[in-house]
Amino acid sequence: MTQSTPREKTVLTPFNVISGIIILIGVILTILRFAKGLGGVTNLDDNNPWGIWIGFDLMCGVALAAGGYVTCATCYIFGLKKFKCAVRPAILTAFLGYALVVFALNYDVGRPWRLPYPIFLSQGTSSVLFEVALCVFLYLTVLLLEFSPAAFEWLDWKRARHIIGKVSMVLVIFGIILSTLHQSSLGAIFLIVPSKLHPLWYSGYIAVYFFISSIFAGMSMVIFEHSLVARFLHDKIDKEHDIESQNVALGFGKAASFLMAGYLMIQVIGIAIDNDWKYLGTRWGLWFLVEMIGFVGLPAVVYAIGVRERNIKLIQRTAGWTVLGIILNRLNVSIIAFNWQLPLNQRYFPSFPEIMTTVFIITLGLVIFKFIATRMPILYAHPDYPDDH
Amino acid sequence: MGISRRQFFGWMTAAIGSQVAFRPDAKAASNKHFTGYPGSMGVLHDISRCIGCRKCEAACNQVNSLLPPDRPFDDLSVLAQKRRPHANSYTVVNRFDLAGRQLPVFVKKQCNHCQEPACVSACFVKALKKTKTGAVEYDASLCVGCRYCMVACPFNIPSYEYNNPLTPEVTKCTLCQPRIQKGLLPGCVEICPKEALTFGTRDELIQIARQRIQEFPDRYVNHIYGENEMGGCNWMYISNAPFADLGMSEDLGITPAPALTSGALAAVPVVVSLWVVFINGIFAISKRKEQVAAEEKKTAVDQALKTEQTRLNDTVAQLKEKAKADQEAAVKREVKKALEDAAKQAAEIQTDPPEASPQSSETTQPGKQESE
Amino acid sequence: MEPDYNTLQEFITHTKGIAYLLIAVALVALPLFWRFLTGRDDKKKTF
Repeated sequence: MTQSTPREKTVLTPFNVISGIIILIGVILTILRFAKGLGGVTNLDDNNPWGIWIGFDLMCGVALAAGGYVTCATCYIFGLKKFKCAVRPAILTAFLGYALVVFALNYDVGRPWRLPYPIFLSQGTSSVLFEVALCVFLYLTVLLLEFSPAAFEWLDWKRARHIIGKVSMVLVIFGIILSTLHQSSLGAIFLIVPSKLHPLWYSGYIAVYFFISSIFAGMSMVIFEHSLVARFLHDKIDKEHDIESQNVALGFGKAASFLMAGYLMIQVIGIAIDNDWKYLGTRWGLWFLVEMIGFVGLPAVVYAIGVRERNIKLIQRTAGWTVLGIILNRLNVSIIAFNWQLPLNQRYFPSFPEIMTTVFIITLGLVIFKFIATRMPILYAHPDYPDDH
Repeated sequence: MGISRRQFFGWMTAAIGSQVAFRPDAKAASNKHFTGYPGSMGVLHDISRCIGCRKCEAACNQVNSLLPPDRPFDDLSVLAQKRRPHANSYTVVNRFDLAGRQLPVFVKKQCNHCQEPACVSACFVKALKKTKTGAVEYDASLCVGCRYCMVACPFNIPSYEYNNPLTPEVTKCTLCQPRIQKGLLPGCVEICPKEALTFGTRDELIQIARQRIQEFPDRYVNHIYGENEMGGCNWMYISNAPFADLGMSEDLGITPAPALTSGALAAVPVVVSLWVVFINGIFAISKRKEQVAAEEKKTAVDQALKTEQTRLNDTVAQLKEKAKADQEAAVKREVKKALEDAAKQAAEIQTDPPEASPQSSETTQPGKQESE
Repeated sequence: MEPDYNTLQEFITHTKGIAYLLIAVALVALPLFWRFLTGRDDKKKTF
């Protein structure tokens, strides 16, 4: 199946030009990174070994790719079939998200060609990072397989499509387990630094926080992403997807809202258990409250209003707001509230090349998403497999 | 493949047996207590004796064949700034000018070679290892360069060769492991002119430290830094000034690093096992619900169909009856009409009809009413 | 500063006490929020 769209339109669309420039910059930065080493392009130093390539690319990338397992669980495990149209876009996003996380890791670690070492050569099982590496590696494989039906339909490989259809439930269950593990473990990574991470963010519950927040991050990302897709790739969406997506927004909006309320509750309980109330009055406390009230509590309420009034626009905007909140949380834990006791002049701020590399990787993701979504049956059902989209 | 079931069970028995049954020293894990390698070595740094001559820095540089520094080691103006170990310097001495003191206090900083090191616990390729001698060893041939060890270290010790593009390594004090194994003292300990550094087994060092504190209680703070911090270190400190004033965190706690993450790691197999159960359960429930819903729908539809059918049958029967009645009535009417017509015709022919049959008079009755 | 605890027992007694109160708050607050969230749903559809 090839989409024989008439090629009259110019290639020089604003999207193509801007993304082309960014990718060009990215290529140059890639050369610089591997020619001069991390020191040549980043602001990392011995006190701040992790910057935005971990704090944003990895931490936020994984959290925002949670839509894949959340949507699969909703549709296939909980059996809410009205979410079916959201499955393929969510899996594609998750797959690209994880692929780009691993891609970004190649920039961040010192010797990227050794990335398979922890899995195949020397297993440091005492490390939480080992578990994360193993889960991410396995989950990327699962996502590739979960995504493959769309590619097989596009390529018209009927036999492969048939075989993968047989094991789809196993993949779904595997994906949920792996996601639970590494979403939470990304938080558990910081359990080892009680003296470096600010007490308001450091908690014995941090793994639970990361897991629960990944669920509503995933839901919000599905809603938010659909609002973008509906605007920019509208001609690729079939009618069913368009109608169903309203239901998805209402359903996920409601679920996210309630989850966020619960999340807020366990954050408060976390403060109580560690007796960290005294920090709330400090400047760090204020910043913590900005995150918790401004980016969890308020969006939860606005989500609820959106759901009550069946206001899809409001729900979509709140989804974007929640996504920002998740990014803020991950950056707080991994960068902003990390090393909080260091004097200001020893704190980390990303360099321009670091930021541009991240922008480059996001752009790469958008370009690949667009490439796939305009060709493969992601936003519409394949005529041969109408029930399986 | 080539393994028989019997062989497999044999291995399993051996494997489990060796771990469980045949170990007289087996203890419940809940109150297991680990005390580190017996007789492991360490260094006691007596801060009160240090004069900040930086000879240890120079010796360290030489012993480890590091690059020459920007400013020579006898340039003490370097001490004006607080420093930490970096890729090319495994140890640094810092000067602290404390309020109310005439003389500055000097503290040497390097890897503390923890008993249960956070860096070792954090390393996902086992590139870092706690060895029997007490040294925390780094194996560059395994290191991926994720720098989680640097994140994890509560003392901010490991450094990274950020400017090495192809073979960057984590760097830190080795406790002069190669020299120890040859029976030599660590470079810094050997050169120290004031015996501010003492090398020995960790147990001996704790004894010495306690002795000094006891002999000169006015001189020393009553605390051996590193005895319990983060589960204890092989490099320890005694000081004549509060440690907090010397840039040494006192809020590290005494929990060894592996214990901080062991709970989360313990959850992993439990989550996997229970998730398989829960997910399958929820899946089964939603499948069953679908099935029940489908069945209910079917029953409801059948019921509705049945009711409709009987209703339809009744209606049909009624209609049939009605039709029959109608037909009869129509026949009667037609007959009556025909009779009337016949009677009329007869009347027209014979203006005076001889007699009316009782039936005809009956049938004329409605006809009359109609005409009226 | 917080009240200083000298024993773990004291610390846990205090923090758990507050945690139990918070559990009660959660048990009341979360269902109320759920009622707000689903207040305008069609009666038959509550998922």
